[in-house]
Amino acid sequence: MDNLKPKRKRTRARRDVALMVTCLADLMRPSVGFAAVRLLERAGCRVSVPDRQTCCGQPAYNSGDVNAAVPVAQAVIELFEPYDYVVIPSGSCAGMLCQHYPALFEGEWRERALALAAKTWELTRFLTEVAPLPSPKRRPLDAAVTYHDGCAGLREMEVKQQPRQLLLQQCGVEVKELAQTEVCCGFGGTFCTKMPAISSKMADDKLDNAVASGARLLLGGDLGCLLQLAGRARRRGLELEVRHVAEVLAGTPTGPGIGDPRR
Amino acid sequence: MKITSDHFLEHADAALADPDKAQRRDLLGLFMPLARDAAAARYGDFEALRVHLKQVRRHTMEHLEHYLTRFEEEALRNGNQVHFAATPEQLNSTVLSICQDHGARRVAKGKSMVTEETALNDHLQQAGLDVIETDLGEYIIQQAGETPSHIVGPALHKSLAEIRQLFLDRHDLGERPLEQVADIVAEARGILREQFLQAEVGIIGANALVAENGSTMLVTNEGNGDLCANLPPVLIVCTTLERILPRVEDAMALQRLLVRSATGQPQTSYTSFYSGPQRDDDVDGPLETHIILLDNKRTDILASDYSEILDCIRCGACLNHCPIYVGVGGHAYGWVYPGPMGSVLTPLLTSLEQSNDLPNACTSCGRCAEICPANIPLPDLLRDLRQEESQRQLNSPRWRRGLRVHAWFLRHPALYQRLSGWLMPVLAWLGKRRGSLRTLPFAAGWTGTRDFPAPEGGTFMRQYRKRGKVRRRRG
Repeated sequence: MDNLKPKRKRTRARRDVALMVTCLADLMRPSVGFAAVRLLERAGCRVSVPDRQTCCGQPAYNSGDVNAAVPVAQAVIELFEPYDYVVIPSGSCAGMLCQHYPALFEGEWRERALALAAKTWELTRFLTEVAPLPSPKRRPLDAAVTYHDGCAGLREMEVKQQPRQLLLQQCGVEVKELAQTEVCCGFGGTFCTKMPAISSKMADDKLDNAVASGARLLLGGDLGCLLQLAGRARRRGLELEVRHVAEVLAGTPTGPGIGDPRR
Repeated sequence: MKITSDHFLEHADAALADPDKAQRRDLLGLFMPLARDAAAARYGDFEALRVHLKQVRRHTMEHLEHYLTRFEEEALRNGNQVHFAATPEQLNSTVLSICQDHGARRVAKGKSMVTEETALNDHLQQAGLDVIETDLGEYIIQQAGETPSHIVGPALHKSLAEIRQLFLDRHDLGERPLEQVADIVAEARGILREQFLQAEVGIIGANALVAENGSTMLVTNEGNGDLCANLPPVLIVCTTLERILPRVEDAMALQRLLVRSATGQPQTSYTSFYSGPQRDDDVDGPLETHIILLDNKRTDILASDYSEILDCIRCGACLNHCPIYVGVGGHAYGWVYPGPMGSVLTPLLTSLEQSNDLPNACTSCGRCAEICPANIPLPDLLRDLRQEESQRQLNSPRWRRGLRVHAWFLRHPALYQRLSGWLMPVLAWLGKRRGSLRTLPFAAGWTGTRDFPAPEGGTFMRQYRKRGKVRRRRG
């Protein structure tokens, strides 16, 4: 019996984490989901990926169709509430769960939404503040890196230093900061297709600043922004590799950057 | 002012196609936030001041009738005449009848967005009056026959060269170089001084109305407001109900927030309180003073879910911080108030039917709410307006259907995952050589200006399930 004790203690100490993959990582870039799983496991978490997850419902919510967003939010709350933590590789989806779900409801569902919000974390914040990653045993990343702050991560989830700190600690790279780093890249969910000319102007400003920073690799924590920036960079023929920060933190990526041809 | 907000997208395209103006706007978007941040940091606890003013504003709006009654009593006691105008037409006709009572021919105006809202100049000019704008920016756009592009700097869209040419064309002053900014300012000053002296009526706006003593507060950098208020024999203050504040110290708190947020200055050149007409022992000042309080739907807004927009102090900081305003400029918005505050106010003061693009001109980036001195949750109010559009079916039927179908799939995860598990590998195959797609059916909104990055292949959920790791149900 005695020798079971420490073992049990260790299993109890392991954090029980549900990964919300996000619709964009699920559909467009599964390697972000796998990277998130690897990082969370490396940080000592027991990772679950609840089946039946799709999307947080932001497209309908931000377009004003609250009636469509409410049942989607209820499904997410039901699916994720059994876990100790919910971790999301996106500031925008995390912001939806933490800041906007509670505002959708009153009464019992509001309580449930608030309880979910209290245990929901954006990935890089979770890996610095809740379950810190151990020091790595790997070669430093040999690339000039810049970082795009997604607006929801920055303003709704207080994500700013955490990805930079992780990049330094895990990959040994110091981020070359973008000029006007706190200005939106023009993605804005459905905005980017409703007002493509304005959206692309904003992407161009961001990309020009990225090129001016001298970086070759543009990282970020939100696939929405990154698809927007990569899509515009490809159209302009810019030599800029665009990736989610989790891909780089999890190990030197082998596949192509977002929108790049296979190597 | 005629509303053309329903052409927002066309205006925006035209604005983006003009590189000179776009570059000047980019500079505005770069430097004004730096100036505002530096001024806020130098103040000390700017955040506490924002919270304080917000409380004062909310309290005042909740007791609007009480404070308006008090203001009226005090203003009357000071010798002012106080008028209430429910509609823009009532404000315009009240101003015109005051002018006509005095046989006035010439009116000198200080900067006033309220009179832009009511199109007062057109009304007075149609009745045969000469109206001259005396704020330099307003004077420039009046001479050019244009409308303000920014609520604080109305002529920010014009270059020095354009203004120089405008003055050479409009002022019959012979050959002159007019090359330096100082020359242009001096020329305008010379012309405007004459106008102040000749005008029989002066019109100004107000940044605050003080209930406890019946005075109105105005901040300017040019001093033109004080000349409009003091030189002509008749003064008319055109303002709106929600400028009201209980005490002088509240007006001063507003002034501290306003000036730093608007221009990054610690103090404007002039901050004036106007109490009423010249008294017996005064050496100068107007002989007769009127205050017109316009409602124009403010009381409706106060009773609605959008009441916080009434806390707006018209500093223009949300414009300077909005990448969409900076991208397309104020004229694209098609009415008096542009940027985030304008995208909320325009639908409320005109109609959502006439301006349904404006609440969509927002990425919900939250930068405006972060710096708004009145702590107005602008992105939330814009989302509420989009909700109203959706409920009243003012957005495109294609969009509504698309979102409905998408939300339906989200609620049927098995089908969603099967379908996406099939579709994504197809898209990946289509884009495998280039890594991205140049065109995609039903996605012209994206691929018109951007490539569509090809998905990696099978979806995460399918791949993960194949590895037998997906949690079916938690026991």
